[in-house]
Amino acid sequence: MSTSQATPPSEFNSALERRRFTSSLFKNCCAFLSWLCIGILGFLLVHIFSAGWEWVSFDFLKNPPSRMPHKAGLFSAFMGTIWIIVTTACIAIPMGVCSALYLEEYARKNRLNTFIEINIANLAGVPSIVYGILGLTLFVRFLKFGPSVLAGALTLTLLILPVIIIASREAIKAVPPSIRLSAYALGATQFQTVFHHVLPAALPGIMTGVILALSRAIGETAPILMVGAVAYVRKAPSGILDGFTALPIQIYNWAREAKPEFEGLAAGGIIVLLVLLFTMNSIAILIRNKTQKAQS
Amino acid sequence: MSSAEKTHTVSEEEFMNKRPATPEPQKNSSEASDKESDMKNAHLKGDNVTISYGSEQAVKNVDIRFPTNKITAVIGPSGCGKSTLLRAFNRMNDFIPSASVEGSLIYRDMDLYGKDIDPVEVRLRIGMVFQKPNPFPKTIYKNIAWAPQINGYKGDIDELVESSLRSAALWDEVSDRLHDSALGLSGGQQQRLCIARALAMKPEVLLMDEPCSALDPVSTSHIEDLMLELKKQYTIVIVTHNMQQAARVSDYTAFMDSGVLIEFDDTGTIFTKPSVQRTEDYVSGRFG
Repeated sequence: MSTSQATPPSEFNSALERRRFTSSLFKNCCAFLSWLCIGILGFLLVHIFSAGWEWVSFDFLKNPPSRMPHKAGLFSAFMGTIWIIVTTACIAIPMGVCSALYLEEYARKNRLNTFIEINIANLAGVPSIVYGILGLTLFVRFLKFGPSVLAGALTLTLLILPVIIIASREAIKAVPPSIRLSAYALGATQFQTVFHHVLPAALPGIMTGVILALSRAIGETAPILMVGAVAYVRKAPSGILDGFTALPIQIYNWAREAKPEFEGLAAGGIIVLLVLLFTMNSIAILIRNKTQKAQS
Repeated sequence: MSSAEKTHTVSEEEFMNKRPATPEPQKNSSEASDKESDMKNAHLKGDNVTISYGSEQAVKNVDIRFPTNKITAVIGPSGCGKSTLLRAFNRMNDFIPSASVEGSLIYRDMDLYGKDIDPVEVRLRIGMVFQKPNPFPKTIYKNIAWAPQINGYKGDIDELVESSLRSAALWDEVSDRLHDSALGLSGGQQQRLCIARALAMKPEVLLMDEPCSALDPVSTSHIEDLMLELKKQYTIVIVTHNMQQAARVSDYTAFMDSGVLIEFDDTGTIFTKPSVQRTEDYVSGRFG
């Protein structure tokens, strides 16, 4: 390149200088934007932790909500969120994965299925408040579940189902067809092929989708507010038909209070929510890596 | 079918049943037999087979017999329909939504496309080895043990794994790492693992779709030796692009072009004095 002994062929104007500049410009732009994101996130975390860390304590986790800031805790909200998210996972994961399996492995490619496919993608973009209204009408009123954990979980299921289906389908699609063919060639039925080979191979991808979806569900406020989660529930739910509150709602209510101490409580609540979220994600990622390792 | 032929078929059938215990006489008799008796002893056959993808015919009115305990090579230029024809014999074309198969494909007493035939049944009797080695992303042991297990194998699985690997001439190379991932094997080893995996199901026919095209010459010669060994027990059909390979291993050769079976004869005849000019052009490398 820089050894300029040979005369460059005249048909080409390689303009290396300019191309190198473009190349590094693009790289630096990407780096800048990435660090900007990380910086904003870092600022947020620092801000939250400095405001709320002093409020986070064992009592804070253990106490029910209270009008007096120093006695207030988020036990009922914390347990409500756990109940909601576990119930949602129990309903949404099997439904989502089975739908994805059906659409990818069993359903014929016809107009109806193409129509369903497009609409699942559309559903993923519907605002969560709309699901909240649907949940209120369908689960709370029509099916008479009342403002319960079950109604909340079903509503969140509606919300995250499209995400789980889309991610699972992509993961299933990425499983090489040769694995299916070799299983069939050995005299396997479709069920055996799918459950012994396709699903395990797709599991890491499915897990990623599930993690994203549940992370979204855990932070959602609007839909569960809509189905009737209330802020002043003093007891943790003891069954899926009990009333509940959840962390985002508790945080929202504290943030609205006039006394400045409640702002600290809200920040403390955010810390708890974030820690819960990170813990959940870490567990899921661990499981994913383990299955990925077993695959190769 | 005339009654004389019928009697003959039945006696062959009985003979085949005794086959595993006494492989030697079979070999002797096959050496003595000529083309005619081989053809009578062909239990895998297609009559007037036409296979279409949508409106395009990939295989046109092919009549073909695959003699038992022989290796039949199917050769022809790319896109001539040879792989399509091969896959039809264990119903692998079922997975291509637009593919349709007409005509009759028979293995012994089984109409491969009969209404009451489960494709799983077909594939249990007619095994397949694919072009690219495609082991499951699991251990070597599990690759072989899986199919017998799901099909309710009653014998000792460990023994079956060992004997299958021995038949595929792979045992010595992998016996100390059966529980390692199959993906750690070389391409040639993976392909022999796929053969071992197919053999573990004790099929009667082995279809091989260009099994060596992704392999180096040493692995290729391993697999060719293996095929010559395996034909004592199995009927083998191999699709290949490699004319030398067809000449080296096969007893019979079918030449296809543009979906039509141009010529079928014993391999010596096809390669030395084919009766059709097009075959001669192809085997002598003038086209394709």
